Amino acid sequence: MAGVVGIIFSNIHDQNVSELTRKRTMASIPFGCRYRLIDFTLSNLVNSGITHVGVVTHYNYQSLMDHIGTGKDWDLARRNGGIKILPPYITAFEGSQTGLYNTRLEAVKSMISFISGCTEEYVILSDCDVICNIDLSEMINEHIATNADITVAVKRMYLTPAVKNMEVVESDPDGRITDISECGGIVSGYRDVNLNIMVLRRKYLENIVMDASAHGYTSFTKDVMVRNLANCDFRIFRYDSYFATINSLTDYYMCSMDLLSSSARDSLFNVKNRPVYTKIRNSGPTVYEEGSKVKNSLIADGCVIYGTVENSILFRGVRVGKNTVVRNSILMQDTLVGENVDLNCVITDKDVVIRDGRTLSGHETKPFFIDKQTVV
Amino acid sequence: MIKKKECVAMLLAGGQGSRLYLLTQHVAKPAVSFGSKYRIIDFTLSNCINSGIDTVGVLTQYQPLALNEYIGNGQPWDLDRTFGGVMVLPPYQGQKRADWYKGTANAIYQNLHFLDKYDPDYVVVLSGDHIYKMDYSAMVDFHKRVGAACTIAVIDVPIEEASRFGIMNTDDDYRIYEFEEKPKQPKSTKASMGVYVFSKDKLYDYLIADEADETSEKDFGKNVIPAMLRGGEKLYAYPFKGYWKDVGTIDSLWEANMDLLGDRPALNLNNPSWRIFSRHASPPPHFLGNGAEVENSLITGGCEIYGTVVNSVLSVGVKVAKGAVVRDSIIMRDCVISENASVEYSVMDSDTVVGVNARVGEAKKWGHGIALIGSGLNIKAGTVIPGGVRADEAYLTELEEGRV
Repeated sequence: MAGVVGIIFSNIHDQNVSELTRKRTMASIPFGCRYRLIDFTLSNLVNSGITHVGVVTHYNYQSLMDHIGTGKDWDLARRNGGIKILPPYITAFEGSQTGLYNTRLEAVKSMISFISGCTEEYVILSDCDVICNIDLSEMINEHIATNADITVAVKRMYLTPAVKNMEVVESDPDGRITDISECGGIVSGYRDVNLNIMVLRRKYLENIVMDASAHGYTSFTKDVMVRNLANCDFRIFRYDSYFATINSLTDYYMCSMDLLSSSARDSLFNVKNRPVYTKIRNSGPTVYEEGSKVKNSLIADGCVIYGTVENSILFRGVRVGKNTVVRNSILMQDTLVGENVDLNCVITDKDVVIRDGRTLSGHETKPFFIDKQTVV
Repeated sequence: MIKKKECVAMLLAGGQGSRLYLLTQHVAKPAVSFGSKYRIIDFTLSNCINSGIDTVGVLTQYQPLALNEYIGNGQPWDLDRTFGGVMVLPPYQGQKRADWYKGTANAIYQNLHFLDKYDPDYVVVLSGDHIYKMDYSAMVDFHKRVGAACTIAVIDVPIEEASRFGIMNTDDDYRIYEFEEKPKQPKSTKASMGVYVFSKDKLYDYLIADEADETSEKDFGKNVIPAMLRGGEKLYAYPFKGYWKDVGTIDSLWEANMDLLGDRPALNLNNPSWRIFSRHASPPPHFLGNGAEVENSLITGGCEIYGTVVNSVLSVGVKVAKGAVVRDSIIMRDCVISENASVEYSVMDSDTVVGVNARVGEAKKWGHGIALIGSGLNIKAGTVIPGGVRADEAYLTELEEGRV
């Protein structure tokens, strides 16, 4: 897709999963054995032929930069285009406009020089916590064909009043958006949910940002879109395959466990011609030792397993000792579980050590989270 | 010349590996799958980069397509460099002549101009068909310290097996006084590992002389090394301690794979300070379903296991369905073992489908040997393939017609 530049917001919604984002961005939350959340968005862009990507960062982005590196694992180490990290731009002079942006619109404003410096005609804006495998080229083609001002990707989902942090998009039968609202307070039912992926002309985006700046607007949907529904052509693009977004630690747990169903895996990982790329770590294959019992689990390379693992997700380099039972748990990279340990509904962050003989348990509705590098 | 390299490696990867039969029908031996997610050549290439050698010429000849594609620009091994890096060197047509590589020495001789470009002090000659982890820089240091013209890495082998190798007879200080290729009565247990360090000038002298000798077979072991000994050059043996295996036969390939298993594997692939790098296509994590029973095995990305896997090594994307059993076997990329099928004591090349209830191979204890199964085969439901056979398309047809 020549002519499209991608922009990813890496810190959007950080506060939703504060346990996991204390030392990292939303974009670099580990997910699905070997991925970080941004891998899904990056892979969607790359698989749709978009090879020029800006990643907007805000704070805590060290782990993200480490993950992305030169971008070569996504084929984004390019002379022409490629991946660029766009850190916050704060001048040292007193009195100049400083302060970190808080919303998507402010973020775009702070990197307007990157946007104006691009040569592509279209921009695709995406959040980093959109776990899906979507063909963006189809969306872009539809956007061009309908000549819309903005096209927003949506998925029809069953919402209950308990769902938070999602936007509901109403549209007429032609696909033209008639309303956008927060999901709180609605009655249960099927609604189109905003996937926070949108396509628009680059020049149009520049105009929006200038206008918003002049008026002091801060929210892309509330200020830019909702105010202009009547006089602009905003449209939806329907996506109907696997989609997950993470709004809380329990959400994170449920979405991860979703991957134990083959239909979720097939629609996320096994789509023809659309693999999900991630940073390559060159771990060895996983070693199953004599006496290991592993069932219904998703396991990355580089693990060594002596004990029992059920209904769990093991990231790269996890070790499970003898006579240990791990059930319904998520063990992130290089977690070391000793012998005679019993874990149930536990999430361990990276490099956690669980000593011999420990018993830890949470509940599906409230998994027990263990912080990075903790020794239990 | 403004820039030069102290050390350049030349990797001999042109061999056919005919004793791997079906596995090397379409690919050269160094490109054969090994250890779940690797190819044989990954070990030598990773050794090079881990030893700080960033300029590697890979000499190809037999079935080079898969190997060329696999090596590409060398990016997986960090061998994509602005000066140096990995380069595939096939035989070529020159102004005066066009020749295949006539032997290992001739292959290097034909590429002396490649070496000229980097003006190295030392040339490391390697073969791309051994499984081992070795720090070549320590060997080059040894070579410098003793002031050798050529240093040959050797490994201690049991005396009863010594007659299968090229054996170095040395003084107490490891200076070689005699080299015997596959001796009937071996005098020493120092077997050549096919790893040589040459001082560049000596290498040039002897390669040029060897090329002029019409009776020569243009082989390092048979011609160049003996000529250097006759010429009174200082040749040293460099003792290597550690895991090293020539995977030239189906049995040794099987054994080397099995050496990766167990509590304390003979060769550890999970050592972060000496990683083995490989090119792979981002497979998703592997999944073990509810009926899965996996013991003492290696499994990697893209695999989906619902059956039983014991004492086996599975490559990327292998599917083992419910009720299926894989035992004592090496299964290469993207094979499918259907419901209630069994695979025993076999080496199965990539993309083969084993139909429901089929029986492939026989348990190791019956002593019929390893069943070798070719790539891309469709083994029909209920087929029974005995142990010790080499099954390709033609064999399956004969089997079906009852002619076996």
